[in-house]
Amino acid sequence: MIPRPRPERFRLRRTMMFMNAQKPGLIKDAYIYGCDSIMLDLEDAVAENQKDAARFSLYHALKTIDYGDTEVIVRINGLDTPHWQEDIRVCVAGGADGIRIAKCESAQDVLTVEQAVETAEEEFAVEKGRTLLMAALESPKGILNAYEICSASERMFGVAISGGDFRKCMQTTPQRGGVDMLAARGQMLLAARAAGIQCFDTVFTDLDDEEGFQAEVLQNKAMGFDGKSLINPRQIRFVHQVFAPTEKEIIQAEKILLAYREQSAAGVGVFTVDGKMIDIAFIPGAKRTIQLAKACGMYEEGAL
Amino acid sequence: MEILKPAVAGTLESSDAQVTVEPGSQGIELALTSSVMNQYGRQIKATVLETLKRLDVSNAKVTVIDKGALDCTLKARVECAVFRSCGASGGNIPWGGAVR
Amino acid sequence: MKNAVGRDIPESLLTGGREVYQGKNYMDGRYIQKAAPYTRRCETPRESKLTESIAKALKDCGAKSGMTFSFHHHLRDGDYVVNMVMKSAIEELGLTDLTIAATSLGAAHDPVAGYIEQGRVIGIQTSGIRGRIGEVVSAGRLKTPAVIRSHGGRPRAIEGGEVHIDIAFIAAPTSDCMGNCRGIGGKSNCGSLGYAMTDAKYADHVVVITDCLVDFPNMPASVEAIDVDSVVVVGSIGDSRKIASAAARISQNPRDLMMAENVAKVIASTPYFKDGFSFQTGVGGPSLAANLFLEKYMDERNIKMGWAIGGICGPMVELLKKGKVGKVIDVQDFDLDGVNSINQTPGHFEMSASQYANPANKGAFVNKLDYVVLAALEIDTGFNVNVLTGSDGVLRGAPGGHPDTAAGSKCCIIVTPLIRGRMATVCEHVVTVTTPGDCVDVLVTDYGIAVNPTRPDLAACLDAAKIPHVTIEELKEKAYSLVGRPDDLEWEDQVVAVLEARDGTILDVVRKIKPYT
Repeated sequence: MIPRPRPERFRLRRTMMFMNAQKPGLIKDAYIYGCDSIMLDLEDAVAENQKDAARFSLYHALKTIDYGDTEVIVRINGLDTPHWQEDIRVCVAGGADGIRIAKCESAQDVLTVEQAVETAEEEFAVEKGRTLLMAALESPKGILNAYEICSASERMFGVAISGGDFRKCMQTTPQRGGVDMLAARGQMLLAARAAGIQCFDTVFTDLDDEEGFQAEVLQNKAMGFDGKSLINPRQIRFVHQVFAPTEKEIIQAEKILLAYREQSAAGVGVFTVDGKMIDIAFIPGAKRTIQLAKACGMYEEGAL
Repeated sequence: MEILKPAVAGTLESSDAQVTVEPGSQGIELALTSSVMNQYGRQIKATVLETLKRLDVSNAKVTVIDKGALDCTLKARVECAVFRSCGASGGNIPWGGAVR
Repeated sequence: MKNAVGRDIPESLLTGGREVYQGKNYMDGRYIQKAAPYTRRCETPRESKLTESIAKALKDCGAKSGMTFSFHHHLRDGDYVVNMVMKSAIEELGLTDLTIAATSLGAAHDPVAGYIEQGRVIGIQTSGIRGRIGEVVSAGRLKTPAVIRSHGGRPRAIEGGEVHIDIAFIAAPTSDCMGNCRGIGGKSNCGSLGYAMTDAKYADHVVVITDCLVDFPNMPASVEAIDVDSVVVVGSIGDSRKIASAAARISQNPRDLMMAENVAKVIASTPYFKDGFSFQTGVGGPSLAANLFLEKYMDERNIKMGWAIGGICGPMVELLKKGKVGKVIDVQDFDLDGVNSINQTPGHFEMSASQYANPANKGAFVNKLDYVVLAALEIDTGFNVNVLTGSDGVLRGAPGGHPDTAAGSKCCIIVTPLIRGRMATVCEHVVTVTTPGDCVDVLVTDYGIAVNPTRPDLAACLDAAKIPHVTIEELKEKAYSLVGRPDDLEWEDQVVAVLEARDGTILDVVRKIKPYT
């Protein structure tokens, strides 16, 4: 039994790597590639007649494998299937950090899952509120209800779009430049930011199209996503590279935080750094930059 | 648990194990083959028997074809096969109880 | 008697001046008396050495029971020649008590296992042993212990007279009627014939077996007519699909790529990584992929590789063609890109196994190597590597050039996943020591990097480059925490194989395995 610390609702989640929970060879050490979160999949990757087997594998993986600092999230089956309740029981019993709600379309879906999670936390004597939630939006309805979904629960840490199903609903296919999902991505980002939770982009499935993948990641970063779902460890490095702050950003953030420390101690709320006016609104961004820089190994011996 | 009908769980892929349980009447009759028999045969056998004991299975023919599975995988496959044989693998599993 | 890697070597093997392994370069400076073959003069001019059958060639060469026949393994898993010759010798001529001295034996040679069981083949000397032969030898069915040597150790033993070859059989993709052989130009091309060269020079008799007779003279010849007694033309010497694969592809396996990237990082952190450096890599997944990442660092620093050696395949030929490596010196080819390039691409040369790796000569290439990147079946906390016996103790591997390059290079990097299935690759004691730990410098695994404590200089390089590393004990503990601590294998007393270090001392023995009960 590997004791895991209480999950952090807002932590670094640049990369979430999908892994079939039914494949022992894959899940035993997916963390070695250095992704921020592992997404153990009970849904699409698992054949209908192996859902039961996948749960047994998942339970023992969660209980036995030391995932270290890597976050462990489980994608459960949709609420329209006979599997989701048992999926939640095994996630909570095994001590997963979070649950990804597939095909989420409303705040009620989140609340339904939350209720089941709470019941399971009670059943398995897990600290109430420990298990985090995120929602996958896979339909136009989900996107249109994004804000109510994002703000439905204190357990919600993020929202992600799932491109495969969404594009089918929209009668489109992946396009260079991302015009197929431009509106949906934008709407979801707005909702997530308004609700104060994180926002993640969908997987890029064509492993042979390195150029297309890189263009999409750059766009994700430019749009303001917190991270991306991945299907192969080979994709991790580039995402981390893109989401890493620049040297200039790190220096600027460090100056802001140091100045803030000094000035707030003196009771000053607004001050200037390098001639630029800074107030408290800059602080979370600067902190995020330093946290990112630390995760990227770019800020080891700094002053903070 | 009582083994009611034959059931299988797991695959023959590397790092996995295929476990078959069948009704029996003479205690646990275990047939084990493994790609790592010489170094881990004893431990695999012990894990399988312990898991069966926890599930309170006392009569069964059990066939394990191991392809280098870790203990956590072996347990998962044995448990799944046993619950399948009782038609009870789909829900209300005693996580943390008999399954642990 | 315990040797320098802690292995107990039976006294009964230490006869005729044989010693146990004493550590790297122990034999340096000693004199050896080279052996000379006993050969027939071909003074009367003749038109051709073509002989109608293998049986006739055997008779012409005075084949008799108790002899040692040698073979090369350039045709790899596609080879037909070993089986053809042994069948003829045993079934047509009725010979027995034969010894096979091959540069390697594999799954293509399963029929030989039958001859071992019948007692017709009583000795095996090889640097690789796989398939059924490995199984029957491990089961104690071979009358004398098999002798396993590295690719450099073999020519050393031949030149020094420890192995006397009565008849060398040279499978030749092309030959002329006098026996000038090349590895290209025919239908079963294998490129380099480097492993056959020493055999041809030191055997009493040499029989060339080809499936493509070409006009005289077949030049430049890898094996020369001056050493050849007979030439036999057969329908086919091998299955070309299994001789050289279309192209050795660089692995796309993320685990391999991650390890390869770390290998390149380690290399780039060390002082030998400068313009003109020399390099050898295996063709296994992560070793070959290291080429890819190394190229990036070379571009970054604006340096070129001086030369590369070893088994050669496409990715190295690519580097040569791009001008990123000065010369490629080739003892064996692994794919068609290598085969089609040797002696064709400027800077791509052929060499003999002795020139490649023989530690007893005066200029083996391995001794000038900066880096070698190698795989392992197991590596223990003393950095000893096993590439010969499986976790069940059965012979199924090949030291090949592993011990030679490890000993000769300035920086030997082993790259391997920490566990394979339920097997701990990093372990307390390897089943068999095939490359001693004093020749291994760095271990790269998917769970971390370890530097041999004998190389604090390299550890300092990694520290300076901020490459994290741990002790090998930590890696071993991690492995055991995942797979459990393995039970010790149980052995009978009978020694089934003797493993020579590259200098000819005894590094380890393999005993008969007790079946699991």
